[in-house]
Amino acid sequence: MPNTTAVNRQGRLKERVAMSDTNLLLAITVVVFFILYLSAVIFLGGSFTKPQNFLNILNNNASLIVLSCGMSIVMITGGIDISVGAVTCLVCMICAVNLEQQGGNILTMILIGLGVGLAFGVVQGFLVAHLGIQPFIISLAGMFFAKGMTTIVSKEPVRVTNEAFLAVKDTRIIVPGLGSNNKLGQYVPAYVEVGVVIALVVVVLLFCLLRWTKLGRAFYAVGGNNQSANMLGINVRQTKFLAHVLCSMLAGLGGILYFLHVGSGDVANGAGDEMNAIASSIIGGTLLTGGVGNVAGTFFGVLSLNTIKRVVASLGFDEAWWSNITVAAMLCLFLVVQSIVLLRKNKK
Amino acid sequence: MTTPVKNPETQVRRPDESLWKRLTRQQLFIPVAALVLLVLFNLIADPTFFTVSVKENSLGNPVLSGNMVSVLDNASELVILAIGMTLVTASSGGQDISVGATMTIAGSVILRLVCGGQAAADTMQMNLFLAVLIGIVVTALFGAFNGTLVAYFNIQPMVATLIMYTAGRSIAAWINNNQLPIINDVAFKYAGTFLPGIPVPTPIFITALMVLVFWLVLKFTNLGLYTQSVGINPNSSRLNGLNPKMIKLLTYVILGVCVAVAGYIRISRSGSINYSRNAENIEMDAILAVALGGNALSGGKFNIYGSILGAYVIQFLTTTLYKYEVPSTALPAYKAVVVILLVVLSAPVVREKLSSMKKAPVKAVKEVS
Repeated sequence: MPNTTAVNRQGRLKERVAMSDTNLLLAITVVVFFILYLSAVIFLGGSFTKPQNFLNILNNNASLIVLSCGMSIVMITGGIDISVGAVTCLVCMICAVNLEQQGGNILTMILIGLGVGLAFGVVQGFLVAHLGIQPFIISLAGMFFAKGMTTIVSKEPVRVTNEAFLAVKDTRIIVPGLGSNNKLGQYVPAYVEVGVVIALVVVVLLFCLLRWTKLGRAFYAVGGNNQSANMLGINVRQTKFLAHVLCSMLAGLGGILYFLHVGSGDVANGAGDEMNAIASSIIGGTLLTGGVGNVAGTFFGVLSLNTIKRVVASLGFDEAWWSNITVAAMLCLFLVVQSIVLLRKNKK
Repeated sequence: MTTPVKNPETQVRRPDESLWKRLTRQQLFIPVAALVLLVLFNLIADPTFFTVSVKENSLGNPVLSGNMVSVLDNASELVILAIGMTLVTASSGGQDISVGATMTIAGSVILRLVCGGQAAADTMQMNLFLAVLIGIVVTALFGAFNGTLVAYFNIQPMVATLIMYTAGRSIAAWINNNQLPIINDVAFKYAGTFLPGIPVPTPIFITALMVLVFWLVLKFTNLGLYTQSVGINPNSSRLNGLNPKMIKLLTYVILGVCVAVAGYIRISRSGSINYSRNAENIEMDAILAVALGGNALSGGKFNIYGSILGAYVIQFLTTTLYKYEVPSTALPAYKAVVVILLVVLSAPVVREKLSSMKKAPVKAVKEVS
């Protein structure tokens, strides 16, 4: 009996240490975000003081939030998926062509978006989980496939004029109490778009999935250690497969949200979003080695990344290239920090 | 997965079986087979594909032209990158996906130097060799940056190079202040087009020179041995007195040098640069060349000549696709299918089936489509 309690206690202890890892990284992310935003409000002032500025970060990045959450899940299982940006672009283009040229409606658009995501997820998940090919190579191929397919579907930008779609696109959900007075002294209410609500619902659902369901815990177990997960009776291949399917489905949903935000299909849509998604996940405390991560952190990762982009732009570095360099620098910084943390942990 | 079962039926047809086994076990089986298939396809579809003729170029010099010449010519950058990429793959078990972006940086640096910071120049403002040398140093430094992240911070190579993949083209634009400098000096374009009086495109010579250099280096130094040893097992290499981190870093620096040479060839073809389109998607082709050459993408043993052959096969495929009027923007989709087929064929699970069953390759193809 004493033996079993010791094992139990040890197991529980280990679990608590692992959880505190996740929570520590989450806490760092949240703190970093608040410091960033508060210092922007204090030192830069101007538009940063208006609540709408914050809501605009959400409005512009609803799709990125969904993409990054999918990316986090794949990264928690120890994989990576760099096809998400290109899938977003492909979904936008197909949805636009469907609405404009094939007389589709919103329902067919949603079905197509999720269907494309599902197809990518099934193929990539099968190749990664069941044939054991490196996820990076597969999703690199997936990314180029999606890029090529987008131009095969249409090379020209497709603008959408479907009325039902435009009605949804322009729906503004007013957030009470956060409005501000403009220069003429009129009260302008603060608003969010439909996509933001969907994205927030997705974040909450995924948070619950990861924290309280069997599948969610399996993701962490597989990412933490393949073999011990296998010994615990978890179907490792199935879990990895599902992670990739989920990620690509979320990329499809992200494509729909992106489309809802911009209202047109274009080959430049979602360019570089895979990098933004990876950067957001890493900033949000997801470890590349798997087993540690949190979608709540990822959500704050997206906010931090875009806050810093805005700060850099408002400091006068507003040429297009600064945004990319900022993302890369943030990515580099957090990667190095993670690696130092891991190296020190391994030494202990 | 299913374990390979010794089928009693297969033992009846043993001679045939063993020949197939021996063939598929050859490292160069896949690139040679792909090359033969492409040649056969082109022979049947249109035999004129292989004709080589002598035409006059814009300067009035007689030069060779034809699809085969363009394959050899256009494959140059890819071959040079594939050499460096093979070493990186072997030592670190991952690939550098930033080569296209760093090639653009090299091009941008060289153009800025020879144009003297102006938007256009009719004569070179700086000694060409010095400019290229500075370009090589710059990309070697970027290679060292990638290598440091991989070797000393233990970050997966593809994720570490993601940083330069994201930032590289932006840095290239920044170097030239987002101008698009144009150099009109004929001498600048010698490396990318033709030397006066020589009918063979210059990139072919540069490639041959690079291959020769690496042949000599691999023959007379321990670079190849050390790289493989580090790739197979860094810990035991360390116990044997090697410095695995230094060797990983070294391979990334070597790739940086290769990138600069390739980047110089690429810009000297036109004498101008387009930051977002220059050498676009070439990282994909370079990785594909390494995989096609029968090298394990997870590192360890390598065959540099396999990668070189792979690079030519890819360019052959590209030229063939162009000939049948596949638009350049749609090309990645076709190549992605080829990549997936290749990695599926070289996956350990499929390989086992392939060598134990003759009909396995057909099945593997079906699984993808």
